[in-house]
Amino acid sequence: MSASPSTPLLDVRDLKVRFATRRGAIEAVRGISFSVGRERVGIVGESGSGKSMTGRAILRLVRSPGSATAERLALEGMELQTLSERRMRAVRGQRIAMIMQDPKYSLNPVMRVGRQLVEALKVHERISSREATRRALTMLEEVQIRDPKRVFSAYPHELSGGMGQRVMIAMMLIPRPDLLIADEPTSALDVTVQLEVLKILDALVRERGMGLIFISHDLKLVSTFCDRVLVMYLGRIVEEIAADRLHEARHPYTRGLLNCLPEIGGSREPLPVLERDEAWA
Amino acid sequence: MSAVPAEAPAAPTPKLSASNLQVVFGHGRQEVRAVRGISFNVRPEESFGLVGESGSGKSTVLRAICGLAPISGGSVSMDGTAIEGRRSKTFARRVQMVFQDPYGSLHPRHTVDRVLSEPLAIHRFADREERVVAALKDVGLDARFRFRLPHQLSGGQRQRIAIARALIVEPDVLLLDEPTSALDASIQAEVLNLLQRLRAEKKLTYLLVSHDLAVIDHMCDRLLVMQGGEAVEELDRAGLKDHAVASDYTRRLLTASEGYVR
Repeated sequence: MSASPSTPLLDVRDLKVRFATRRGAIEAVRGISFSVGRERVGIVGESGSGKSMTGRAILRLVRSPGSATAERLALEGMELQTLSERRMRAVRGQRIAMIMQDPKYSLNPVMRVGRQLVEALKVHERISSREATRRALTMLEEVQIRDPKRVFSAYPHELSGGMGQRVMIAMMLIPRPDLLIADEPTSALDVTVQLEVLKILDALVRERGMGLIFISHDLKLVSTFCDRVLVMYLGRIVEEIAADRLHEARHPYTRGLLNCLPEIGGSREPLPVLERDEAWA
Repeated sequence: MSAVPAEAPAAPTPKLSASNLQVVFGHGRQEVRAVRGISFNVRPEESFGLVGESGSGKSTVLRAICGLAPISGGSVSMDGTAIEGRRSKTFARRVQMVFQDPYGSLHPRHTVDRVLSEPLAIHRFADREERVVAALKDVGLDARFRFRLPHQLSGGQRQRIAIARALIVEPDVLLLDEPTSALDASIQAEVLNLLQRLRAEKKLTYLLVSHDLAVIDHMCDRLLVMQGGEAVEELDRAGLKDHAVASDYTRRLLTASEGYVR
């Protein structure tokens, strides 16, 4: 599995996600290509643009009646589409992890947080319970939880949204994945908490040299957090741009997304409304 | 913490005012003091903002005004008259609320027509037919939406219906609880523009709750920052623009609204 330095961490060519409906097939993702290195890549778009489906397709988690096909879907040169389900399970979590929007739905509500963390550890490694507990507590510390022991023995409902999301991040990072897909990881959080969680993600990406795919509808947040941004519209990537050059974006859709946000100290003129053109997709 | 600034001598009677408003839920050990003494005045035809994070009590203030949460202390008044006890039918007509989640606030099996006709029937309006058509037009939807069900509408269209439902009984105050936070940025722009236009056209007074300072800044002239059920500070637009804020909390909110800083 050793790859030459030029092999990207993730290489996606012509990815399509289709849904069979009674009224014919609907293409949620219509042939997109991109690659991700050990960097932060943002995928931005409105609801229905196919950004979440892209994330799920990478992990082969698109459920029937949907189906995903790609010319190439490779992790460090290893084609993921042809892997057996058993080997794919080893990739999920171990090599590519995913964080979803709302920790409330991702954690088991009737299991203490600590047990869930220990379970995640033991799935991936053969270690004693004591060692697993020790590691889980260290992980909780690493995501800046001040009182790891309390959180360890708490149920998910006893945690705030920000705490819950930190627990999720801790759990995803236990097997030290190479690539983390974060699907709107902070959208359910308060703005100030949002920044704390991002800081944790940022530090982890930097220190471990992880790749990060950050899926979000928030163009402003993505442009300040990521290195590179892919803008999606109706299942296509309409523009790819370095995050710090986003203000130079050319595509009318990207420009529209940027301009329609109200700004502190901005004018009181009606906000520019996004013009859409089916031809972009 | 921050007292209500002394009213200028010529100031008109506030449309809405809260004075040391408190809201307490539960008793004894389970007592939750959601709002702990909030005061503000909203002038007629003004748009006033309440900003805060979850648990700050901002939505509870709105709910207390319209009677969905108890007023446990202090007072709320409209046009100088205290609001208390069961709200009168006139009050219910004049003060309308728009909720955050357009998916949750419309009856899933009622058509748009029924959603809009019901308040007209309750408040005994004549010529309902014309009013329903006019209300749809007001919020920028054409007549073919009239017999649709909520699931046949997008999020933005649903929020337009929720706004039409509030406006159809000709209120003078709209209580807006995060009206755009469930919507995409582009749809948010459309709904904010709609709300601005309607306020000017119909001379409405808005009390707008949001966690998004930029939205509040775009819509309101003055705002109150809340945290943990208490008022942190009252600001006007100029103060917000110049970052002339007194408290660390407001500064943190301002920083956070500018995105991630490495």
